[in-house]
Amino acid sequence: MNQVSVAALRQYGGNGVANAAARRRKQSVTSEGRRPGWVSYAILTAVILISIVPLYYAVSIASQDSTATQFGARAMIPGSSLWRNLSTAFGLIEFWRAFGGTVLVSTVCAASTVLFSTLAGYSFSKLRFRGRGPLLLFVIGTMAIPTQLAVVPLYIMIGKWMGLFGSLWAIVIPGLVTAFGVFWMTQYLEGALPYELIEAARMDGASMIRTFWAVALPAARPAAAMLFLFTFVAQWTNFFWPMLILGPNTNSFLTVAAAALKGARFTDYTLVMSGVILTAFPLVVLFFFMGRQLVSGIMAGAVKG
Amino acid sequence: MAATSAHPSTTATPPPARDDAYERKLRARGRRGRLDVKLSPYLYISPFFVLFLITGLFPLGFTAWIATRNWNTLTGDGGVAVCGAVCDSTDPSIFANFQWVFQQSAFWDALRNSFSIFLISTIPQLIVALVLAVILDANLKAKTFWRMGVLLPYVVAPSAAAIIFSQIFSDRMGLVNTALNWIGIGAIPWHASTFWSHIAIATIVNFRWTGYNTLIFLAAMQAIPRDVFEAAVVDGAGRFRQFFSVTIPMLRPTLIFVILTSTIGGLQIFDEPRMFTEGTSGYGGSNNQFLTVSLYLWDLGFNKTTIGQPNMGRSAAVAWLLFLIVVVFAIVNYLLTQRIASSGGKPRTKKKSAKKVSA
Repeated sequence: MNQVSVAALRQYGGNGVANAAARRRKQSVTSEGRRPGWVSYAILTAVILISIVPLYYAVSIASQDSTATQFGARAMIPGSSLWRNLSTAFGLIEFWRAFGGTVLVSTVCAASTVLFSTLAGYSFSKLRFRGRGPLLLFVIGTMAIPTQLAVVPLYIMIGKWMGLFGSLWAIVIPGLVTAFGVFWMTQYLEGALPYELIEAARMDGASMIRTFWAVALPAARPAAAMLFLFTFVAQWTNFFWPMLILGPNTNSFLTVAAAALKGARFTDYTLVMSGVILTAFPLVVLFFFMGRQLVSGIMAGAVKG
Repeated sequence: MAATSAHPSTTATPPPARDDAYERKLRARGRRGRLDVKLSPYLYISPFFVLFLITGLFPLGFTAWIATRNWNTLTGDGGVAVCGAVCDSTDPSIFANFQWVFQQSAFWDALRNSFSIFLISTIPQLIVALVLAVILDANLKAKTFWRMGVLLPYVVAPSAAAIIFSQIFSDRMGLVNTALNWIGIGAIPWHASTFWSHIAIATIVNFRWTGYNTLIFLAAMQAIPRDVFEAAVVDGAGRFRQFFSVTIPMLRPTLIFVILTSTIGGLQIFDEPRMFTEGTSGYGGSNNQFLTVSLYLWDLGFNKTTIGQPNMGRSAAVAWLLFLIVVVFAIVNYLLTQRIASSGGKPRTKKKSAKKVSA
């Protein structure tokens, strides 16, 4: 920015302008450069503490030595039975089965969403074909359709016609692609992949699909990684549809297993909370490694969307 | 044809004719290449459209069809729906399921609760997210740490969070009520009361989404050109004036986006109220205090165990009503946000330009 001296401003713009500029300059003009006071840090710390308290409370209840349905404030002080309760819940929800199922569903859905969205996004952003505009508009329009509108027919189609009631594939099928993914990759490739690269590959005699693998896919990597992460989290935290379609086969998906545990052991919240911890904490641990990517993914999407 | 001519193998200078086999090979490659260029775009978008057709579009129409039928979840299609005793009619009618649903007080309770929870969660959440975004939009130390910190609850499944919060907001001796007793305010019926249960469920929603929306707002704020702020400063605007006259109007597209997604998600709320129930007290509360439309849909189609139930036809009717409500509300919200967000910036510029013309 061009720094006009405050004195010069006083001369040309009058006192009001000069004072405002001086005030602002003290804060440093751009808000990015604004020096935050301790109040900012205090508020942020408070917000983070507030969001950690529920998680702490869950762990603390899970560590209590005596069983109960209600713990009140005494559960803020942890007991010594965390491992005992966790391992009981571990067995009750058949953790490895539920964990494996959740990992499988989340991974397959994320991988397939990334692949199909990148393919479609590449086509929409870089290839010319008849009907491109209306088709893309259609994709965006479908993002507004509530997912729950489809549960009744999906239950009939997947559960009865395909005979997949109780199967993990029943959760996977509706999650194979998302309109959001296509939109996201189209947006990204629009700006990230220069036409020159595609043309160069074509000049070298690469077929269309080879051009996609060799040029488009590497260019799409950053956005593809974020899309993978978001789809993974969305499937991991999914509950309504898995609960419907798994029926009594509750222990093959974590969120459903934890909910079922709550129904079965409602007299002992040390176990219920242990189930919750086993469901939620794998993703919390993952968050410590991938949180940075999640943050930049949300922020990158917001500017474009 | 324009696209075809761009294909290198068809426009490349003819290679020196060496032998027939080479020429044939090249010609074949050219034909295949042309097809490749013409079909590939459709081939690449087809997985999405085929899968969407099966899991999105077809179910949309199929739901409408089921909604007109007397469709038992266990025994299947039983002909055109009949409303029955509730509306004094034994005639089959394609609207019978809708008529039946409209006669149920539970449906209206659910509608009221969904709206109430949606409003109580969305409005404070967006205000807090905006404030947090302003705080984060500064030269903080350890930026990434704070940003990750506010996002942490996002990875906790709503159904799991609801189980935890159900304990925290337990009516008898939950964490909150114990604290309230200590400071002498007295216990609040977080589950038994309609209003307070909505507050508690809204808290679960806010727990997950406030940080997420904060980051969206933050990204949008950082995309505002800094000279706009400088101009405002030169015009003598203080921090608050800048926020309301520059930041908010410049955030308009983002605000619209966030409000639309919150509307679509918020009105469908299911996981939180489902798992908020205490012990065996059923779903939605003993007096439907926190029965939402989605919970009601699930109850009608998948949960009722009495004879003649569950009824997917009625469930599908509720699904379609929910869809219409979401669409109408999304449009209303879109118009409202455009109004609110533009009132900060637009009229002023109009006034200014009018002045210029008259001067």
